[in-house]
Amino acid sequence: MRLTREQRQILNGSKGEVMAKVMKTLVMYGHTFGADRLVPVSSEYNHLLTSFGLKMMTPIFELMEKLAEAGALSTQAFSVNPRPMDKAVPANLLQRLVFKYLMYSEQENYEKRLTELGLLNDKAYTCTCYLDQVGNLPQRGEILSWAEPSAVSYANSVLGARCNRNSGMMDLMGAVAGFVPRFGLLTDEGRMANWIVKVRTTEQPEAQLLGAAIAMRVKEEVPYIAGMKRWLGTELTEAVRSYLKDFGAAADSSVALYHVEELTPEAKDFGADLIKENCKVYVIDDKELERVRRSYPVLWRRKNRKPNLCFVGCPHLSMQQLKQWTLRLECGLQEERRKRVRIPTVFTAAPAVIEEFSRTEYAKRLKDTGVILSYVCPLMYMNNPLCGSLRVITNSNKLRGYSTARYYPEEELLDMLTKGEIEE
Amino acid sequence: MKRFRGRVITPGTVKATALVSRDEVDTLASFGRALRVGDKGLTCGDRNNEDLFGKAMAGKALCLPRTVGSATGSLMLYCACATNRQPACLLFSQSIDTVAAGGSILAAVWLENTQMPVIDNLGAAFLRYVEDGMTVTLEGDGIVRVE
Repeated sequence: MRLTREQRQILNGSKGEVMAKVMKTLVMYGHTFGADRLVPVSSEYNHLLTSFGLKMMTPIFELMEKLAEAGALSTQAFSVNPRPMDKAVPANLLQRLVFKYLMYSEQENYEKRLTELGLLNDKAYTCTCYLDQVGNLPQRGEILSWAEPSAVSYANSVLGARCNRNSGMMDLMGAVAGFVPRFGLLTDEGRMANWIVKVRTTEQPEAQLLGAAIAMRVKEEVPYIAGMKRWLGTELTEAVRSYLKDFGAAADSSVALYHVEELTPEAKDFGADLIKENCKVYVIDDKELERVRRSYPVLWRRKNRKPNLCFVGCPHLSMQQLKQWTLRLECGLQEERRKRVRIPTVFTAAPAVIEEFSRTEYAKRLKDTGVILSYVCPLMYMNNPLCGSLRVITNSNKLRGYSTARYYPEEELLDMLTKGEIEE
Repeated sequence: MKRFRGRVITPGTVKATALVSRDEVDTLASFGRALRVGDKGLTCGDRNNEDLFGKAMAGKALCLPRTVGSATGSLMLYCACATNRQPACLLFSQSIDTVAAGGSILAAVWLENTQMPVIDNLGAAFLRYVEDGMTVTLEGDGIVRVE
């Protein structure tokens, strides 16, 4: 790996021992993945993965402290993943005690530390930092040092920025050094597709189910997705961006970049030239999506009991989705001659999105349906051992994958919320 | 006895008892629960991993194809090392992913007096040969002796 004179000097200690270790970390990381050099991080802002003051993460906080004490601070202001707690979200006394005193006892201190380290503002807690209201919107071609997989997927695929699927803390290391190793998705070659996915469903596939199916098959490779034009068109409208946000999050356990034919920026510019020779082909039809859905295990102890809670918003909802869900709920409740949802329901969105939404007429209408609007991270909520036994339903494949929550497509979820009956 | 050669990600020599997973290991799911409850044996909490679930990973030569899952997995690896509950070494038959690499490299660079050598690309034959309870010795330069 070739280093510039400045980088070599830092590695040799010209900016102190801590900065030398930061550089060593990046060099070893780059060396592992065949990086040829370190390139400057060029986005305006960074985004950090670690938003939770989990007590067990004390060694990570100590490492951050060490960086701060040595003046090895992020060269960029940053947003960060969602907060793990919100009083608005239903929880019993015991669950709240576990959250506050056992699990996230370091939350307050950690948030103070994030502010000192360069947090954009106190509303910058979300996994959807790239939404207009949040304002951490990288431009095409910019180099990022992010790690949150769903945000990395969106930035690469929908915005055309360049970022590898980094691990936690490596995001901060890149931001502190101002450089990241150039390999994988930072290179033109690494952004070529080695899979063609042909979507042949009879209706628009559920974003999170489609994402999950593709992730299971292509693993960590790059898919070129054809056959979505009739469902998504060729323009990145707000609704399409929201769809891709959810699709990408569902696939983010492995896929950090995808191209959608005639839609995403690189697919629009380069078309089939993005596809490598002898690439593999995966055909997705209704039957295949159903197969994937049926492969999801149900982890509830009592599978046929009424759900305790519903989460919608993993990843956080966009403004367009909040409005759309409000309308769909109103419609569904009207059909059932009801006013409020039959299952306690939490919609989650970025604080800045919630703030803007609260200024619209939809805010009261959503509240009237009984839905709670929160900035919490549903995954972190479900991380509480006492919440693991709850019967939680969701339209999020990501939440399903990392917790005991049970997945339902949106139409079925809507039916359950308005009728209060479990869909088999 | 057989020797296998892989690529050194973080250096070190060690001798330990093998603990084998034939399936990919979800780092967050495997390490998270033990770290949360302060389990010194680092008992694997991933119910989806039939080979490892319920078994203590601390001090073992963890042999696996590769790791998968959340980007926070790297933080779990680092915290396991920082609290001296880490596996003796990580031995991957395939190429390492960014999550395991990030966590192991962080630990190697930032933690003093902690060792968790990591070797990848040991090949499918390694994972076919090694079994729970075998003795694994890292001899340096990416050479792993299994007996």
